[in-house]
Amino acid sequence: MSIYRGHILVCSGTGCVSSGTNKVVDGFKSNLDSNNLENEFLVVETGCHGFCEMGPVAIVYPEGTFYTRVTPEDTEKIVNEHLLKGRIVKELLYSPPQSETKIPSYKEIDFYKKQLRIALRNCGYINPEDIHEYIGKGGYEALGKVLNDMTPQQAVEEMKKSGLRGRGGGGFPTGLKWEFASKSESDKKYIICNADEGDPGAFMDRSILEGDPHSLIEGMIIAGYAIGADEGYVYVRAEYPLAIRRLRTAINQAEEFGLLGDDLLGSGFSFKLQIKEGAGAFVCGEETALMASIEGKRGMPRPRPPFPAVRGLWDKPSNINNVETFANVPVIYEKGADWFASIGTEKSKGTKVFALTGKINNTGLAEVPMGISLREIIYDIGGGVTDNKKFKAVQIGGPSGGCIPEELLDLPVDYDSLIDAGAMMGSGGLVVMDESTCMVDLAKFFLNFTQSESCGKCTPCREGTKRMLEILERITEGEGKEGDIELLEEVGESIKLTSLCGLGQTAPNPILSTLQYFRHEYEAHIKDKRCPAGACSSLTTYKIKPELCKACTLCKKVCPVSAITGEVKKLHEIDPEVCIKCGACVEKCKFNAIYKG
Amino acid sequence: MSKIKSLEDLRRLRVEQERNEITRQNTGVQVIVGMGTCGIAAGARDAMLTILEEINKRNLKVNITQTGCIGMCQHEPLIDVIIPGEDRITYGLVTKDIARKIVAEHIVNNNIVKEAVIGRIEKQ
Repeated sequence: MSIYRGHILVCSGTGCVSSGTNKVVDGFKSNLDSNNLENEFLVVETGCHGFCEMGPVAIVYPEGTFYTRVTPEDTEKIVNEHLLKGRIVKELLYSPPQSETKIPSYKEIDFYKKQLRIALRNCGYINPEDIHEYIGKGGYEALGKVLNDMTPQQAVEEMKKSGLRGRGGGGFPTGLKWEFASKSESDKKYIICNADEGDPGAFMDRSILEGDPHSLIEGMIIAGYAIGADEGYVYVRAEYPLAIRRLRTAINQAEEFGLLGDDLLGSGFSFKLQIKEGAGAFVCGEETALMASIEGKRGMPRPRPPFPAVRGLWDKPSNINNVETFANVPVIYEKGADWFASIGTEKSKGTKVFALTGKINNTGLAEVPMGISLREIIYDIGGGVTDNKKFKAVQIGGPSGGCIPEELLDLPVDYDSLIDAGAMMGSGGLVVMDESTCMVDLAKFFLNFTQSESCGKCTPCREGTKRMLEILERITEGEGKEGDIELLEEVGESIKLTSLCGLGQTAPNPILSTLQYFRHEYEAHIKDKRCPAGACSSLTTYKIKPELCKACTLCKKVCPVSAITGEVKKLHEIDPEVCIKCGACVEKCKFNAIYKG
Repeated sequence: MSKIKSLEDLRRLRVEQERNEITRQNTGVQVIVGMGTCGIAAGARDAMLTILEEINKRNLKVNITQTGCIGMCQHEPLIDVIIPGEDRITYGLVTKDIARKIVAEHIVNNNIVKEAVIGRIEKQ
């Protein structure tokens, strides 16, 4: 095997694929061919680099030059200038928001500087469809170590010592979970990976499946050895076709190499792995519903206990962890539990991957040590709020999470502080909101989501979320009544207490946390019939500021319902009865004379 | 591919593959080839390909990068060699022969190929 002079790593995660990465790869290949460079440079299609906002991205090694928003046409320039002549193509380099500087090196970009990548260690660095690349980065070494040097009990102890907690949201100590399953007596046990990522705005599991599927496989085999299971299932939603394809490729390669199957690495331990495609129901992220779905039944939760560790899939003891949790497992055994436990805070060890979305400049995936502040994530890594607007709140943890206001931005991010603040780690979705977001409307959005995703098995969740949604709809339409807030609180608390599974138990969180920090917005809707953010269309009217209006008739021309009256040099007016609040006039007006009030 | 039957098998495969991935790491030892128009016209590609060939043959861990014209066009092809802890050495008029010597003498044995040196930058 000969080494290549340079490697061109092109991100081929779903984000970059939708931005056109496939044609960029073809562009590089054909330009390398036409310059006879195909034996000098290797094009590597990798998983997600995390910096989705700037995609498609390409990194040229050994220099580590980071090219952003690469088009197929740009590839010719990169080949001719950079690869042939050593001249960096400056216009494709990353430039931070509100800055003219161009940053050539991957490592110098703020977005990456504060990150510590453990779960995402190989994402964006290796070709996920080539097992050699994973092995080259030390892959399956941890498995070899565990199988050779540890008893299953020792493996469980090591996991307990690491302090890893479930990255799927609940934060239950992984080692303890493994211990329960390992102590259950049975002839058959299962390891299950929950890859049913359904939170709006979260995509870390998908990125790991697409970018480093072998780390998940290795983590699952180690878990299987620790609890005494010889079979595993990965439950992935069918909406993740690329993830499923790459995982399937990885499983086939691992089988071919003898890293899945019988007598792994000569240890006598056997393990096989299957993929179960789910139909994409949010409730199937609940472990008991997920297992029902694997068994071919309708995906509905059942009461616990008995917990899966005692009676799980097909009534056999089972252990369920999330993708990100499993991706952490190999590193813990490779580098040791003490190393892992030295990162993070006292009760939250290691790192967490966050998906940054909403009104934030650097949309993407960031992995940071636990204990870092929300401010650092949003401003230093995320680059702050878009369009220089004012930060209002961050919704953390998906529909089960809560909203955190600006005054709590210095909160250290760990499982317990977030719970204390009325939010939760959840999957790690971080949705940033600016002043133009209405918090009542936001609560309505998340409740609408959980309400439609409720499986309907238990009454508090089925009926309770429906009633709450009705109240919220009324409030945003200006029909709110005295006592609505108290009613929401009362219904919310009882849904939390009486629902069967996590979906219902956390469904009221967005409402309760926005009530906690943004109660005044609810009050303004109910008492003053006013939406302070100007987002609820029933409560806003478009008006013209007479002092700014130049009477140019531009707005009048775009109004689809002829709600604007006025002629040239005659002050315009908007008839609120006719206006449909489409906002076309605001966009058209050159003098900022139209406002929402 | 035959199956991996033991941890030793796995480690052998890893070492093999790690070599392939050194391009993505900073190995410390760097060869920088001047690839401006002047460099290319003077035969920088030949010099670079020779170095690449030698490095492959000898299984060395070296990064090869390139740079544009540095203004000494009459001395092209220009090649810089950086070995950590040592001075940065610039070679000029690098033919295939000199390129081979640079790898064998300078990179492997740490003896500078004096007759081809045209510059030296002291280590930082």
